[in-house]
Amino acid sequence: MLIKDKKKLALTGGYAAAYALKQIEPDVMPIYPITPQTPIIETYAKFVADGEVETEMIEVESEHSAMSAAIGASAAGARTATATSSQGLAYMHEMLYIASGMRLPILMVVAARALSAPLSIHGDHSDVMGSRDAGWVQIFCENPQEVYDKTIIGMKLAERVGLPVMVIMDGFNTSHSVENLEILDAKIVKKFVGEYAPEKSLLDIENPVTYGPVALQESYFEFKIDQEVAMATVAEEYKKIAKEYAEISGRKYALFEEYDLEGAEKVLVLIGSVAGTAKDAIDVLRKKDQKVGLLKIELFRPFLFSEIAIALKNAKEIIVMDRAQSIGSHPPLYSEIMVSLQNASNTKVSSIVYGLGGRDVFKKQIEQILEGRFREKYLS
Amino acid sequence: MKYHKDTMEIIFFARGGQGAKTAAEIIAQAAVLEGNFVQTFPNFGPERSGAPTKTYLRISDKAIRTKEPVVDPDVVVVLDDTLLSSQKVTEGLDRNEALIINSAKSPHEIRDLIRFDGKIHAVDANGISMAIVGQPRPNTVILGKIIKVTEVVKLKSILEEFRKIFEEKIGKENCEKNILAIERAYDAI
Repeated sequence: MLIKDKKKLALTGGYAAAYALKQIEPDVMPIYPITPQTPIIETYAKFVADGEVETEMIEVESEHSAMSAAIGASAAGARTATATSSQGLAYMHEMLYIASGMRLPILMVVAARALSAPLSIHGDHSDVMGSRDAGWVQIFCENPQEVYDKTIIGMKLAERVGLPVMVIMDGFNTSHSVENLEILDAKIVKKFVGEYAPEKSLLDIENPVTYGPVALQESYFEFKIDQEVAMATVAEEYKKIAKEYAEISGRKYALFEEYDLEGAEKVLVLIGSVAGTAKDAIDVLRKKDQKVGLLKIELFRPFLFSEIAIALKNAKEIIVMDRAQSIGSHPPLYSEIMVSLQNASNTKVSSIVYGLGGRDVFKKQIEQILEGRFREKYLS
Repeated sequence: MKYHKDTMEIIFFARGGQGAKTAAEIIAQAAVLEGNFVQTFPNFGPERSGAPTKTYLRISDKAIRTKEPVVDPDVVVVLDDTLLSSQKVTEGLDRNEALIINSAKSPHEIRDLIRFDGKIHAVDANGISMAIVGQPRPNTVILGKIIKVTEVVKLKSILEEFRKIFEEKIGKENCEKNILAIERAYDAI
């Protein structure tokens, strides 16, 4: 985009992702455009056209093909990334399981958006929640700075644990909002992610391997257990990589963010960009001596039940805000929090669904929620 | 103009294609250069050329966390005075706050149209732009007026930012003409 001075930037979440990808410089990026993700690949295509990166960009004819090409490239031993949103992610659905089942460390940036019908191009978490059982690590971001940082962390994490990773921002709220952004020197990022040297690959003809063969009754089950075992290593590895990242950037990330949780009796639990608005609301209420706090989920897959239970152990009342439904069941985050708190029977837990299809959320509304003045199921 | 809150909040009313987003981003970038925190985003929707748009801009000396649209602006900028009949441009503005409008009309005439008690700063950005640049570029020309009224960034920072973005795109000569037009809007009474 516009800016030459590398330290002081004001960029959207979409540009932030493109910048981080540029510094990572994947070998292959299969792409297909969809709002609100398009600025990411559009910006990256410019980097390619201007000769700033040597990534092989493959323009495919659909998201299903984008993920298929990513799987092929990654199995061939290439560092691979892509990006999508909404219907695109839904269209990739069967291929998501193939990426994770083959244990391919693909990085995918998602600008999360509502699903049709009725058609909406606006932000919510319906698309990514639909992928929550696909065997991908899911890392959520609050703002463009987190998008930049977690794209870099996510690439390294994928290759460390041998699982595909989604780095998720709220469509429009983050992908199209221009905010302050600090970026690192490209050389520092390159050194941080390192050279990608896969243990096995299709192009290593000295050591031939097969990817994705049929697995009959005596072996399929074990492959699936192995994915669970790999996922169980993610939290520890994420912590380690986040610590290394703090050393080069000064920005610290944990498994989740605790905001004013100390001494908080009433706690909000939520994911994504609305956390910023919630922090402002909490500051207002804390000034009135109300004991309120926030737990912001960053890793949704794996979900860190016991760590979250410990973080919430002193809360008397918990309000879980979901930006997606699970029609016929409870909303996704609320369900996970209920499981986390299965041994804490005295805690009152309630659920609110907000922001579907890009519906705005205001600070005053969050204040009302925390003050018990809003008791509906939907913040609509 | 003095901040009466921690954060200066501005809403731009324009039509799709008039460049309100670019104007807001130039101010944002200049504010970042001066060490401030910023946030700008459009009122999200499928953009249609000519349809009314709203763009939000926040500038603060503290980190900006909220994601809510601006509901209580300190300043409203209107890039097209034909919007006055269909948009409630002064909603959320009180008598101590300001409306900046691109219009050949006088502030008095505009006040009659919208019944607003606060300050009205009218600048004929189209006229200035046509006279100096030879093309209608009200979105960048009006930056001069916005900076004069709000004092959120220095004129120098805006011009520096403008050069950085446009010199390569439109050529040095054209770029300098645009800058002259921004300065003219800054000085216009």
